[in-house]
Amino acid sequence: MKVVVCIKQVPDTKGGVKFNPDGTLDRAAMMTIMNPDDKAGVEAALRLKDQYGAEVTVVTMGLPKAEDVLREAMAMGADKGVLVTDRVLGGADTWATSQTLAGALRNMEYDLIITGRQAIDGDTAQVGPQISEHLNIPVISYAQNLKIEGDSVIVERQYDDRYHVLKAKMPCLITALAELNEPRYMTPGGIFDACKAELTVWGRADLKDVEDSNLGLKGSPTQIAKASDKVRKGAGEKVALDPAEAVDYIVGKLKEKHVI
Amino acid sequence: MDFTLRKEHEMARSLFREFAEKEVKPLAQEVDETEEFPRETARKMAKNGFLGIPVPKEYGGQGCDPLTYVMCVEELSKVCGTTGVIVSAHTSLCCDPIQTFGTEEQKQKYLVPLAKGEKLGAFGLTEPGAGTDAQGQQTKAVADGDDYIINGSKIFITNGKEADVYVIFAVTGTIEKRGRKIKEITSFIVEKGTPGFTFGTKEKKMGIRGSSTYELIFTDCRVPKENMLGKLGQGFKIAMHTLDGGRIGIAAQALGIAEGALERTIAYTKERKQFGKPIAALQNTQFQLADMATKVEAAQLLVYKAAMAKATKKEYGFEAAQAKLYAAEVAMEVTTKAVQLHGGYGYTREYDVERMMRDAKITEIYEGTSEVQRMVISAALLK
Repeated sequence: MKVVVCIKQVPDTKGGVKFNPDGTLDRAAMMTIMNPDDKAGVEAALRLKDQYGAEVTVVTMGLPKAEDVLREAMAMGADKGVLVTDRVLGGADTWATSQTLAGALRNMEYDLIITGRQAIDGDTAQVGPQISEHLNIPVISYAQNLKIEGDSVIVERQYDDRYHVLKAKMPCLITALAELNEPRYMTPGGIFDACKAELTVWGRADLKDVEDSNLGLKGSPTQIAKASDKVRKGAGEKVALDPAEAVDYIVGKLKEKHVI
Repeated sequence: MDFTLRKEHEMARSLFREFAEKEVKPLAQEVDETEEFPRETARKMAKNGFLGIPVPKEYGGQGCDPLTYVMCVEELSKVCGTTGVIVSAHTSLCCDPIQTFGTEEQKQKYLVPLAKGEKLGAFGLTEPGAGTDAQGQQTKAVADGDDYIINGSKIFITNGKEADVYVIFAVTGTIEKRGRKIKEITSFIVEKGTPGFTFGTKEKKMGIRGSSTYELIFTDCRVPKENMLGKLGQGFKIAMHTLDGGRIGIAAQALGIAEGALERTIAYTKERKQFGKPIAALQNTQFQLADMATKVEAAQLLVYKAAMAKATKKEYGFEAAQAKLYAAEVAMEVTTKAVQLHGGYGYTREYDVERMMRDAKITEIYEGTSEVQRMVISAALLK
């Protein structure tokens, strides 16, 4: 069984957020971590390795320093790491990112692809499902539990106050929630091995069946008008009124602010 | 000369720091208050490979270097001195002598489970009449058929009752050295549960109160001859060599305690307001912090240098003694200043620095007092 986990290096929100002049994130200037949902995906894959002897490959698209998250995943126990990096891929939105990762995945063998539900920097939850579309395989999103049964995967999909149990034949893609598991720590020996390990590095030329027009900032339909750090709001106002009075009060406030 | 850490060391430090923050820090105060050995933490450390960091992979270890091990003890001690010394005593005082002096059979039988963390190790040299004067040993081992029969007791043994495997020293006879009769000391590996091996009193200590510090009692304790570690009469050499390594571990513990106290003091002085401003705005505070940070940095350089010396040199006793002497004294000084800068609150158990000051003191005493380190250093200078 072969499992590929798509992971992303994201800004550590504890370290503050910095932007490029074009509104995209200045990733080189920020402290980074492995995206938490993706880390749960790595753990899920490693449990399949523990249980079924699955071979686990981690893949990421990013700056050269994104190799750090590959080595972290390998120090946790992943077998191989693939870094997709090229200047022409920079500034990608979810569409261009999923096209890029699909282009990389077409070179790889897999029974199961796992992505995190969403990354804490963009919070779109689009890349995983888009990859499955590009590769024409089933997707089950928001996995809070998963197990393997024969050639299928059975997933509990989180859904508001309940969950759905879905079964899909492999190859398929699932998107993992951080709640899926408690990721293991790296081991000291795993770190030493991961730092010595050879990574596979792919550029634009290595991507299979992808048009240039679908890559990088130019291939991204999303245009960022403006980006800014979190704006601190005032303490707000709390009033205790009965419902009828409260409606009048709120309507009055909205009119005062020219909202209505 | 480049002081930049290699990638693997940076990653290892972030691992140890994350583990210490998540798993160790929340329990540190409770461990101190209850004086309970943190078994669950020890189990988690075993699971994550922290109990065999510098041991080669073929013997169940992680195959890392002494610097990685030192960073582990440092980061753990930053939040809990008790947890730091569990790893240090196990690794430096039990795994290391078996790895260095053990036979292949002994390594397979004892080092492998120790390095995997399936078993915990301890070291028994100190006796009521043999502290700094290790030659004052009274515990005896007498050959009897295929065994040695051990009688005597050891005190202040770290991981005392919790360990499974003990490296023990005993007098096996007398030898002549430079015309003087001296005790012939031999070391043995003794397993918990061996008939005649029991535990005496548990020490009630000032600091590192969760550490299991016990008296070991040997009454006609029969140990097979194949459990002799090294050769007959090699015990004193094994003990001294082992302590050279152990001192680097304790130096790392002292460093961690000092770093922890400094971190908390920086945070506290930014928050604590007196005379209408944070006390960090007062020049006295600033100068105290500057001195503390500079000494901590110097201690770290000495400790890391000693760890690198252990990795690359045959003899590293000098570097180990300097690292332990300085780091331990810095730990005591920095934690004392930390309590002072916390004022009355620092004297209460509500604040970590109170515990850290108590934990720091032992680093000036065990595995060779500061006075012993000065003897080692000056002897090397004057030879």
